Amino acid sequence: MKKVRTSLKWLFIGLVLLFIYAPILLLTVYSFNSSEIISSWEGFSLDHYRYFFDMDNQPFPIVLQTIFLALVVAALSTILGTVGAIGIFYSKKRAAKLLNSINQIPVINAEVVTAISFAFLVVAIHVPKSTYIPLIVGQMVLCTPFVVLSIIPKLKQMDNNLYEAALDLGATPAKALFSVIIPQILPGIVTGFLLSITLSLDDYIIAAYTKPNTFQTISTHIYGLNKGGTVNTIKSSYWAFTAIIFLLIVIAVVTMNIIAHKKAGKKQ
Amino acid sequence: MAKSRLKLRFSRKLLAIPYAVFLAIFVVIPLLIIVYYAFTDADGAFTWDNIRIFFSGSGGDSFFQTARFKTFVQSFFISLTSTLVCLLIAYPVAYIIANCKLKNKMGLLLLFIVPMWVNFVLRINALKELLDWIGIYNKPGWNIFNTVLGMVYDFLPFMIMPIYTTIIKIDKHYLEAAKDLGAPPAKAFLKVTLPLSKAGIMSGVSMVFLPSMTNYVVSNYMTYNHTKIVGSLIDDFFKNDLWNMGSVTALILLTLMFVITWVTGGFDAESEVNARGTTL
Repeated sequence: MKKVRTSLKWLFIGLVLLFIYAPILLLTVYSFNSSEIISSWEGFSLDHYRYFFDMDNQPFPIVLQTIFLALVVAALSTILGTVGAIGIFYSKKRAAKLLNSINQIPVINAEVVTAISFAFLVVAIHVPKSTYIPLIVGQMVLCTPFVVLSIIPKLKQMDNNLYEAALDLGATPAKALFSVIIPQILPGIVTGFLLSITLSLDDYIIAAYTKPNTFQTISTHIYGLNKGGTVNTIKSSYWAFTAIIFLLIVIAVVTMNIIAHKKAGKKQ
Repeated sequence: MAKSRLKLRFSRKLLAIPYAVFLAIFVVIPLLIIVYYAFTDADGAFTWDNIRIFFSGSGGDSFFQTARFKTFVQSFFISLTSTLVCLLIAYPVAYIIANCKLKNKMGLLLLFIVPMWVNFVLRINALKELLDWIGIYNKPGWNIFNTVLGMVYDFLPFMIMPIYTTIIKIDKHYLEAAKDLGAPPAKAFLKVTLPLSKAGIMSGVSMVFLPSMTNYVVSNYMTYNHTKIVGSLIDDFFKNDLWNMGSVTALILLTLMFVITWVTGGFDAESEVNARGTTL
């Protein structure tokens, strides 16, 4: 009886995993198809990969500029969010509570509401989208709250006496900030930075409302392809991209697991 | 010494100013602009007209026969179903992983989170291709089903993560106590595990419900633009320069957001970061 229950449990887990991975695996398999239509297998080929990596075609430059945008947005969000989190942490209770609540708004709010309200502001203050400022600041609105949320718990865990000690030993506040506080909250800063990168890479809605007309991110490009009908070569080259990202992620996760395993082994 | 410490406290607090200004300009003011557009006419004068027009019918139809009312109802249904399905899948998954005998629970949990790192539109595109392959993409009668499937596919990790975090924290002694006092496993689950994981469920629901009502990328993609949800309504209003109507819709969503947040207690949820599923 117990055995049946256990196998039922794992069957359920397996089915959910199948649901999650089936679409990505399907694309991975058909990324090696020489045809551009998914339901007909016409033999193995690397055409989609060749097309994808060709700088003369659309996808690869778009992927590069999306990554570049994500790095810029993440760096700015991390700086703003780190400084903000420290400031909020040392603010008076009421001010801190107010700022924390406003910080939650972009996190909980529907993305389309954030996007449309931000687009209204952009129109009102006449900043042209071609300056990239609306796009970058818009994505910062999305990312910075998560940086703050990643850092605040680390600030709470921090030993405050070390900071006071640094001052008593003659460090300037700026020096104490950089050599005592920042190192202690560094894991939170790194988490916030990585989170910002994934949020920016993932974002469609904010980008659609704020990007310059001639600029495309991975998300806006693929979404646009779905509207028109006859751009199959580009579309299927993105299957190759999906497969590559998937492979990279698998490698990253396996490596992380091995490292974690080794660490655990050392402790024992 | 005392003087320098005073100066320093002062300066640490000051660090909040840049971000406070940022939040005021780019988060608070935009929301006020929505309120402004919802309650003003073309000349910027105060009016209730937008609200009135929004909630009234046109061409002899009552409001309840308008396309936007139907969109609201349909969107609410899609969102409710998606949230429920997510919960019904996520709770058992989180429970089984949290209570399994494996050493590397985190590794198993990661398997459910990892697909989130593939770009969101690429992921939805992959699901679309799968449905196309099966033969139910863009077929009459399948649109609502496909939309719900897309929402569940996309937001499931947001439900698994917070539930897992609360279940794993439950003190096993409570369950032992329940067992010692004679409660059968089902009763122990209902009286101990379920109530103690309520916070995770609430956090998960708040992460899935609103996005399933507003993420028009999913509904457009999964149904070739045939199924409208509240998010697509806002997008359509904005693109057709009907900013006042768009703002009324956005205002309704904002109100809904505050209600949901108030009910689920999400304004001080520290699990939000975890709920996003991207932290390790």
